[in-house]
Amino acid sequence: MSEQEKKESVLDKRSSRRTFIKNSGLTVGGVVLGGALGSLLIKDDKSTTHNTDTQNHAKTPAANPNVALMFFTPSQYQVTQAAVDRIFPEDANGPGAKELNAAIYIDHQLAGPWGSNVKDYRLGAFYKAEENQGPQTKILRKDLFLAGLDSLNTYSNKQFKVDFKELEATQQDEVLLAFSEGKVELYGKVSSSQFFNLLRTLTIEGVYADPMYGGNNEMIGWSMRKYPGSRMQYVAEIQDEKFIELEPQSLNSHMGH
Amino acid sequence: MVTKLPKVPVVVVGMGWAGGIVSAELTKAGINVVGLERGKDRTTADYTMGHDELRYQHRQELMQDLSKETITYRNTVSGKALPMRHYGTFIVGDGVGGAGSHWNGQTYRFLPYDFEIRTKTIERYGIEKIPAWMEGLNDWGITYDEMEPYYDTFEKMAGISGETVELWGKRTNPYPTPPLVKTPLMKEFEKAATSLGYKPFVIPAANLSEAYTNPDGISRGACQYCAYCENFGCEYGAKGDPAVTVIPVAKQTGKLDLRTHSNVLELTKSGGKASGVIYVDMLTGEKFEQPADVVVVASYVFNNSRLLLNSGIGTPYDPKTGKGTIGKNYCYQVTAGGSQLFFEDKEFNLYGGAGALGMEIAEYMGDNFDHSEVDFIHGAGIRSTQYGDRPIAVNRVPAGTPNWGAEFKEKSIKYANSNFPVKTQGASLPHKENYLDLDPEFKDEFGYPLLRMTYEYTDNDRAMGKYMSAITRKFAEEIGADIIDTNEEQGPFNVNKDSNTHNTGGVIMGTDPEKSALNTYLQMWEAENVFVLGASAFPHNSSFNPTGTLGALSYRAAEGIQKYLKEGGLLVKA
Repeated sequence: MSEQEKKESVLDKRSSRRTFIKNSGLTVGGVVLGGALGSLLIKDDKSTTHNTDTQNHAKTPAANPNVALMFFTPSQYQVTQAAVDRIFPEDANGPGAKELNAAIYIDHQLAGPWGSNVKDYRLGAFYKAEENQGPQTKILRKDLFLAGLDSLNTYSNKQFKVDFKELEATQQDEVLLAFSEGKVELYGKVSSSQFFNLLRTLTIEGVYADPMYGGNNEMIGWSMRKYPGSRMQYVAEIQDEKFIELEPQSLNSHMGH
Repeated sequence: MVTKLPKVPVVVVGMGWAGGIVSAELTKAGINVVGLERGKDRTTADYTMGHDELRYQHRQELMQDLSKETITYRNTVSGKALPMRHYGTFIVGDGVGGAGSHWNGQTYRFLPYDFEIRTKTIERYGIEKIPAWMEGLNDWGITYDEMEPYYDTFEKMAGISGETVELWGKRTNPYPTPPLVKTPLMKEFEKAATSLGYKPFVIPAANLSEAYTNPDGISRGACQYCAYCENFGCEYGAKGDPAVTVIPVAKQTGKLDLRTHSNVLELTKSGGKASGVIYVDMLTGEKFEQPADVVVVASYVFNNSRLLLNSGIGTPYDPKTGKGTIGKNYCYQVTAGGSQLFFEDKEFNLYGGAGALGMEIAEYMGDNFDHSEVDFIHGAGIRSTQYGDRPIAVNRVPAGTPNWGAEFKEKSIKYANSNFPVKTQGASLPHKENYLDLDPEFKDEFGYPLLRMTYEYTDNDRAMGKYMSAITRKFAEEIGADIIDTNEEQGPFNVNKDSNTHNTGGVIMGTDPEKSALNTYLQMWEAENVFVLGASAFPHNSSFNPTGTLGALSYRAAEGIQKYLKEGGLLVKA
């Protein structure tokens, strides 16, 4: 057993059911109002500690049923893949946003209620806002994103005579910088920086949200920054002087509780 | 068509901490209560998939749906207010538990100085220390000593973990449970604070440090430091939450008629009193009138003002004349002056934490230091916290790093577990032009005007932020970080960026009906059967999280309502 494996084995024991009950104080009598907690107590020991199922599958995009388009056309998807990979590129730490399926995540988000701004205030007139008042635009996120993708290509063709995805990485960065600075006018006179902010936010989400949303492929987004994902407790870890690296777990590990 | 229902003794609008406490106390005393909550019912079983950063923090699962109702915002009285169309700053809770379900659990008392702020400031520095624009700065009408038993009751009910702090007011009892654990990050702060001559303490927390049974017989387990507090409900029930404390107690009496999905549109009037409320069932659209002897308005800060203004109860505040009280003294919280520390060769287990896990000093709070030579009053807590860094929300990089691209990726990963803040949480004092009223143009989905907020940081805030930045810098240097970024200037308020969620004021308490809307039982001067509960009652916002004081005042209001049901009339002489 390597040192790393030994450490993980110890950590597995730490989060065993017995420790969990002890730490949560549930052995003390009285009414426990935690319905969710109550059901945790009858779970199988193994379910908290061994959850590598999600890692054993989905080695290739083709085997991952999440990798299919709900919203984009294939060409829109390709531009998105190229763009997210400049926001969060592959480097010595590991893969970039493209390989982490951030573009799939974005496709799924824009297809859903958030893409259509269903929880945003949409009544009344839309006036030009002061900087402190936040964007005041009627355009929906899904339409803003498509307008942005179109403009990435239009602008790339104007500057370099090719589509965005055909550009060299440094040229793509140049285009994205112009967009981030609001230098390009989009459909509906929306600022390109609004599109850029949406693209940037969605890329970060696509890299780091739970893999059930379609991105953060194989939880590598989490692994790169040593984030353990979704675990039930860190009572021991937070008091430890040393950094304790734990294998990431997804929300999938909470199923069956 | 509005269906008129049979009259009840008490109707409570909103089922967060304030509404929950009042409902528990009144029903325990045998009084029938109708509780109206615009959102859904909730228990810990709702949080089994609660560790979902995207759903809860970034898609605001527990928050009010802004498509139905929001606020409008402007910086100054001459500007045009525009709607906050989506969340970027303060979040507004929704459903049973309200903001008490998604809060961090940092639970303070305000200082003796806070309750008598005008008197004590004049005593020590003279009247000229209070600028003309701060004319709304007044005593609360109640002293710390009078508040102490109510604080004690709230702390015992919610199960607050903490240690006694010398520079705060006297306590009758210690906290019901010991403080939370000290992490290595907190020990760094503690060491620096001690060597600088301060007395650091662990922040008092509603995240239980150990198993606890409260005086109502509610037993709960200890915090697991899972790091999902501030936008999340606690699946363990370890975080004090109305849904695991006071609301079950009220339900057990059989005297609480809890109606969820019931959104109160306005109060009805009769003579100088309220006669009840009109509400709409949010699932069916059906409207009801619920008559009541007492109306308790216990929704969020913004909606408390808005309901009164839309109902024509109380006199709206006018910033030109300074007359009127509803909407007056809206205050926020000042967090300028923090320092961010980055380390080359230290890693902390930042993925773990709790919403109230941290250490702080009290030396720069309130009037704990001499203000003779500075151009501001009040102060701030200097603190380091460990909430648990979630990867979408927290990507701290040293100043000057781009926010995307290769360098961003490299640095955000490099420092992901190697940084922490020494930050400030400062008081926010009233400005005569910081206030709430009705928006002249924008409406909610039912056609009622939205609430309009006019707010900008004051000279007091800016001077205080600047002063505190030197102190957080000193801490950072003492701790010995490799990179220290200090925010020295408080910029203009930005409704989409400034992320503190402690809103106070609008329906404030006091001794003078000309200057306050409520007496110290939170009873309206202008409508004696209306009690308005929440942080909306605070005449100013101290350097603390508001929930402890909100909870204490709710216990006092519960006492007042019982007294009013027996005796009637104004409970305090103006």
